[in-house]
Amino acid sequence: MFRRLIPLVAVVAMVGAACGSGDSDDSRPPATQTTTSVPRTTSTEPQEPTTTTEAVDGGFPVAIDAPNGMVRIESKPERVVSISPTSTEVLFAIGAGEQVIAVDSMSNFPTNAPVTDLSAFTPSVEAIASFEPDLVFLSFDPGDIVAGLEAIGIPVILHGTALSVDDAYAQWEQTGAATGHFAEAVGLVADTVVNMETEFDSLPEQEVAMSYYYELDPTLYSVTSATFIGELLGPSGMMNIADAGDPDGSGYPQLNAEYIIASDPTLILLADTKCCGASGETVAERPGWDTLTAVVDDSVVELDDDIASRWGPRIAELVMDVVEAMLELEPSNA
Amino acid sequence: MNAGRPSTTRLHWYWVVGATLVLIVAVIAGVMVGPIALSPVDIMASIINRVPFVSLDTELSVRDEAILWEIRMPRVILGVLVGSMLSAAGASYQGVFRNPLADPYLLGAGAGAGLGATIAIVYAPATSSWIVDPLPLAAFVGAIGGVALAYVLGYTVRSGRTAVTLILAGVAVASFLTALQTFLQQRDSDTLREVYGWILGSLNTAGWGDVALIAPYVAVCLSVVFIGRRLLDILAVGDTEAGTLGVRPGRVRLIFVIFATLGTAAVVSVSGLIGFVGIIVPHTVRLLTSASYRVVIPLSILVGGAFLVVADIIARVAISPGEIPIGVVTALIGAPFFAVVLRTSKGVVS
Repeated sequence: MFRRLIPLVAVVAMVGAACGSGDSDDSRPPATQTTTSVPRTTSTEPQEPTTTTEAVDGGFPVAIDAPNGMVRIESKPERVVSISPTSTEVLFAIGAGEQVIAVDSMSNFPTNAPVTDLSAFTPSVEAIASFEPDLVFLSFDPGDIVAGLEAIGIPVILHGTALSVDDAYAQWEQTGAATGHFAEAVGLVADTVVNMETEFDSLPEQEVAMSYYYELDPTLYSVTSATFIGELLGPSGMMNIADAGDPDGSGYPQLNAEYIIASDPTLILLADTKCCGASGETVAERPGWDTLTAVVDDSVVELDDDIASRWGPRIAELVMDVVEAMLELEPSNA
Repeated sequence: MNAGRPSTTRLHWYWVVGATLVLIVAVIAGVMVGPIALSPVDIMASIINRVPFVSLDTELSVRDEAILWEIRMPRVILGVLVGSMLSAAGASYQGVFRNPLADPYLLGAGAGAGLGATIAIVYAPATSSWIVDPLPLAAFVGAIGGVALAYVLGYTVRSGRTAVTLILAGVAVASFLTALQTFLQQRDSDTLREVYGWILGSLNTAGWGDVALIAPYVAVCLSVVFIGRRLLDILAVGDTEAGTLGVRPGRVRLIFVIFATLGTAAVVSVSGLIGFVGIIVPHTVRLLTSASYRVVIPLSILVGGAFLVVADIIARVAISPGEIPIGVVTALIGAPFFAVVLRTSKGVVS
């Protein structure tokens, strides 16, 4: 399930190109010897993962095969701006936090991130450029933000909403490669994979398959198994009640209240605790919901919206919360 | 008073019976049909069981009972209240402004409610400790505030206080409030789906609490509009002529606007901005029966309730167990239906 695809991160160290600026960035030993065989090129061809792994750390310039195209970063970025709460979490988790000079207004984790009033939803080229960044992370380009920043010579990496878990891992590794923390990023991915597998492995066999309802907001929007969250929780073995409610395949159906009552999910996972004040109590007060097994058994899990809506390293915490709630249920299930 | 008007100003008994039957059939269908199949026999038995000293056996589980009584029933009743109110309000607006395109949101009630709801969703701290749920309250206040603003603006115009200046003031206020609402919405992406969902309207999470909240408003406002419906016919001849008949157009207009707005504000506060009902129901009634408001108002109340209940059945069953926003259904089903009525009827839109 967690076989990931490092080759998505195609990082090519361009050794020769950096020769002219040898006086500025030579603090690290050239750990890039293995890549001298790599042709001096901005080729978009994915390189062998093994080559990439050893190639990158400290070796600049690099070329990142980002979703918005090949991004060339001349030297180790020291003025990183993150207009994406997920990227902010990733940057700090891989030890690139000190290189980050500004993050958007929604980047509330970690708490020592340099929050500004930059908007992640309506980013502005001028506002971002005023920080004189040498690398910008974006999760959303409403118009010409990427093109605008590139036009004034600022490298941009656009890491949109991860559609799959592998997609998220690939983004973390690219973030590492772009900031000179590739090894840490690879380590973070490996740790996350192992941690989540360990969590899921701790679950006993379910004699009767459990089910869950995952709530995005109190108007009963949910996620199907085809979404990032659905995939993340897939190894739990639980059935997702929203799967039946998504004929058009958007992955985010609004479920009918009758259907939720009739489905009687084993677990209710609330991802609308911060935004909308949903809690075990508010759910129990909803018309008809007091008949639900999950409400009676107190199996309503109050998740952290922020973690649930991002695709950063804290997904492991979300998995832990869910597995914990499942384990608490087990005795009564037997 | 209305000498010379055709006999169609009379509210024929068979129209009332027909519209009432349509409403009853819609309500029965609304209770019987849902994403979860409950047998009609059990539903009937469960309803009869509510009568004191009667106890029939049903196959319904506790959860089925909850689905029937706590989710489906209030949803149907709310649909009736919302549909009736929006239709009667739409007809009233069309009457007082002598404008066939008028709908309950014309003077800024919709934009105001949208702004109020957005403010509540974006700024009200998420907590369950509120005594009053801030969302309906803010929508209600916003709707009334929007119309009040339009009225004040329209009536402070130096030259001529006509229906047209009021409509123009309403257009200006609605644009302004919508701009503010959009601005707030754009600044807070986290709540985008919630705001958007509210604006499209839904009865999905309705309960008896919502019914109890709006029923008094709807009862009062429908009564006033119903009792005063003759005045709308008089206004139809024009402000000057109405004046010679002893009617003060400005005052009549104000009274209808106040009660149509109060009712609209109450229903949108719990259902969101369900569009199109206030336009197509009165016009359909008008095309099929008479252009007289003595006919249009009562029939719109009956047919409007039925229309929204049917639209809501489609909203919850069409892609079951998913939901379609009811505002999408009213337009999607209502527009073609209205086109057919328009083509096949010989009636005239006043």
